[in-house]
Amino acid sequence: MTFQSILFENPAPVAPAPDVVLQAAFLTDLQLSQIIDTVTAGREAYGLKPYFYMPLTSVQSIKYRHGIMRDLRTGGLLAGIELFAETMRSMRDQLEQGAKLSYQGQREALFLETVEIYCAAVNTLLAALQRADVGSAGFAALRKFLSGYVASEYFRTLAAEAKNLRTDLAGMQYCFRIKGGRVTVAPYKSERDYSVEVEQTFRRFQQRAAKDHCAKTSVYLEMNHVEAMVLDRVAKLFPEVFAALDLFNNRNLDFVDPTIDRFDREVQFYLAYLAELKLLQEHGLQFCYPQVSQTSKEELVQDTFDLALADTLVKKNAPVVCNDFSLTGTERIFVVSGPNQGGKTTFARTFGQLHYLASLGYPVPGGQAKLFLPDRILTHFEREEDLKDLRGKLTDDLVRVHDVLNQATSNSIVILNEIFTSTTLSDAVFLCREVLTQIVDRDLLCVCVTFIDELAALSGSTVSMVSTVVPDNPAVRTFKLERRPANGMAYALVLAEKYSLTYGRLTERIGS
Amino acid sequence: MKAYLMYPDQDFDVSAALGKNAKELYQDLELGVILDAMAGGDEFLRDIAGRGLLGILKTPQAIEYRQQILIDCLEQPAVIRQLYSLAVEAIEAEKHVYHSIFSNYPSSVLRTSMESLKILVKVLRKLRQVADDNATSFRSPGFTRFFGMLADQLDDEYFSTIANHLKTLEFRNGVLISAGLGKANQGTNFTLRSPETNQQNWLERLFNQDRSTLTFQISDRDESGFRALAELKDRGINLVANALARADDHILSFFSLLRAELGFYVGALNLREKLSGKGQQICLPKPEAMTAELCLSLCGLCDASLVLTSSRQVVGNDVGGDGKALVMVTGANEGGKSTFLRSVGIAQLMMQAGLFVVATYYSSSVCDGIFTHYKREEDTSLVSGKLDEELARMSAIADEISPNCMLLFNESFAATNEREGSGIARDIVLALLKSRIRVFFVTHLYDLARGLYGQDLPEALFLQAERQDDGKRTFKLVAGEPTATSYGEDLYRKIFTSEVPERVQRA
Repeated sequence: MTFQSILFENPAPVAPAPDVVLQAAFLTDLQLSQIIDTVTAGREAYGLKPYFYMPLTSVQSIKYRHGIMRDLRTGGLLAGIELFAETMRSMRDQLEQGAKLSYQGQREALFLETVEIYCAAVNTLLAALQRADVGSAGFAALRKFLSGYVASEYFRTLAAEAKNLRTDLAGMQYCFRIKGGRVTVAPYKSERDYSVEVEQTFRRFQQRAAKDHCAKTSVYLEMNHVEAMVLDRVAKLFPEVFAALDLFNNRNLDFVDPTIDRFDREVQFYLAYLAELKLLQEHGLQFCYPQVSQTSKEELVQDTFDLALADTLVKKNAPVVCNDFSLTGTERIFVVSGPNQGGKTTFARTFGQLHYLASLGYPVPGGQAKLFLPDRILTHFEREEDLKDLRGKLTDDLVRVHDVLNQATSNSIVILNEIFTSTTLSDAVFLCREVLTQIVDRDLLCVCVTFIDELAALSGSTVSMVSTVVPDNPAVRTFKLERRPANGMAYALVLAEKYSLTYGRLTERIGS
Repeated sequence: MKAYLMYPDQDFDVSAALGKNAKELYQDLELGVILDAMAGGDEFLRDIAGRGLLGILKTPQAIEYRQQILIDCLEQPAVIRQLYSLAVEAIEAEKHVYHSIFSNYPSSVLRTSMESLKILVKVLRKLRQVADDNATSFRSPGFTRFFGMLADQLDDEYFSTIANHLKTLEFRNGVLISAGLGKANQGTNFTLRSPETNQQNWLERLFNQDRSTLTFQISDRDESGFRALAELKDRGINLVANALARADDHILSFFSLLRAELGFYVGALNLREKLSGKGQQICLPKPEAMTAELCLSLCGLCDASLVLTSSRQVVGNDVGGDGKALVMVTGANEGGKSTFLRSVGIAQLMMQAGLFVVATYYSSSVCDGIFTHYKREEDTSLVSGKLDEELARMSAIADEISPNCMLLFNESFAATNEREGSGIARDIVLALLKSRIRVFFVTHLYDLARGLYGQDLPEALFLQAERQDDGKRTFKLVAGEPTATSYGEDLYRKIFTSEVPERVQRA
């Protein structure tokens, strides 16, 4: 297999333009936009967002990415790849800087350095791949490609010429004398270092570590005209080297290999997510490679959480509550009810995020996850804007739910959050029943957050999940959902939590 | 060049953090009085005296090194004060060198350093002169070494080498700089070169060839060109300017250190003058190694801070306490217990700082650190809070203290009932003794003193404030079995029958 892309198996699609932005309801509703922003923050230059809008549709392509992730996380590759990426970044910075210089002698020298950095980056990457215990098809293909590239005539010549030029330039030494307004450049003849003599004279007074009085050298890369005149004369002292430098520039204008360039961009898709994953893992949260299926709708997830919320909480050092859920046999629909502020919406988002992150080939929040791979995720979350016109809002709700159901195939996931809140209870019960019945009939995977308890027992495919909360102190969100019949609240438990006397809290208190 | 007047092989670190016990020592031993006497109104001397006193030495050898220097100082006070004033002169004169706001440019760093060096070199010459004039009358190894170093390092030839450099650095023939190519072919590694004499002619010829393609001339109207040229030159002289500025710093810090080290002895001279003004006798104490058997032997020991503040003759104490790790002091209130405790603490500090002590004889094993645990009068919170505070302080001390240290207790753990307080204190004392810590404990906790006395500890010494039969205090301590009363009745009677009203509140 010829290596094409670290994100896609062959044939890889053309790399997307970097600045595509997708506006889609499910991205906002599930706070995936926020997750994408967080994950890609600081990596804007790579144009990663478009890749987040390309969910994978086959188990095979997801496994390709899992392989890459495994190599990065456990194969000892990460540090090498990060060094490669950093080197490539400084190579591009250098290239950009060089283009702005006005003196040719400077431009050409900076170009040489850029090429050297590029060669170092390529060698770093190859070395990392050779050193690591690479298990993925993607990295194996990349390694093969790179070995070939590094051994190629083009690359070998490029590196050798750069090295020779560097040696020549670094070895140059010259003298100049300033007297009044006249400057004379001359070869260096091993004249004595006068500062050393002065230093030696006064050495006997040496006390403790001395303060440094050296002036900082100017930060401008660009020379002034006097320096340029000196450089001109230095070039006259060493004409062969400067001619060789000129030739090197002209021959190697497009030195960056397009496949390496694409890898440099695309591998960031993994690194970006790994950085977030590491942050959350440091706070005791777990991630796992989901076992995905295009056929089975049985699901089992343990210790999962809302990634967007967790990111916020962790940065405030607040605890994150994890949830479990499972669907077995013919179970397809979670009906989530219970008191507000208890994590119902969070659960709905978590469910959606999990499936979407899985379809991106990422490890997902949780200690264990078995998931269905949907063709798409459709959401309907309550919109708060139009509260004035209730009739209009119900119409709007109905239209949107209708659209959702229209777009859904039997392989889609539907997430409904507080639908039909703008009508009477009996209307709402009726409408919800109708909608859910359709969903049941079409065998869709679904989460339905509702205040209507009786929906929970609609059919054999519904599972009732109930949120829990401390009613006297709504600021204390438990965010814990429990699988049990929707029979209002378990007051005894709530009371116990209020006094921190549940089994868990009490053992914790006694233990501390 | 190092003065080494405080340690044979080490600088006097005037910026070191003082130990965590420094604040307590200062307060409990009333060191302020002694430091004021040493300072003679000079804040700098006060700071140095404090650092000298609190940064104790831990071996008899280190103490003897200072004691010998101190003897020279006591015999030649005028020379010491002269040397000290030279150090002050150097530092003060340097302050008047104009430090330009453009002082980050190498050319102005160089100019300033040259100016400053000229001043400092002058003082160095004077210092050499003082050394030449007085070296023979000093006998301590410290001063012998110091004067020898001055004669050796600051000979005439050296002064003329410095003068030559200062002349060369005027750059009357332009500057010769070498460089290499750095990032983007910018000049790098600029180094000032001194042409070899045999090259001189060859270079001169080259530099004087006007039409050489290797020469260019900045036009007179090209102001930015001249600025750029000045920058280029600055880069060339950057290192030499740095070298010179560092030399300047080093000489200055030599003088600063000299000032600090001599300052300690000037403080000692000041203290001696104050004490002899009071007619008070001093002696050089005899430090014993902590490896040998524990030693404590004192005669006519006075509380130095009391001597300095009191207008009356102060009574000294005599104690033979060799082998005694615990000295328990009980007895009459106002009988001189606290004064004795303070006198021991101060004497031990002064001995370990290399100073004289206010006694006719004082010999003691050196210790690794001195700690104090005093009842805090100002604490008026609840009784339980007070004991809590005392125990917290004790715990803080326990974090710091180590074997071979000395701990002075004054009326500690009395903030609860006698039985509880005694119990706590006894456990602490026995634990400290077990850990080879020397304990001095002033207490009116009879239960504590009596209990420890009953244990017949060979390493314990019990002293009592002496009370004559008529109830009069001698302020002397005598060895003996602790007695049950602190003679509060005496005190009560004294206060209520005579006219000493300020004591009523505290009784």
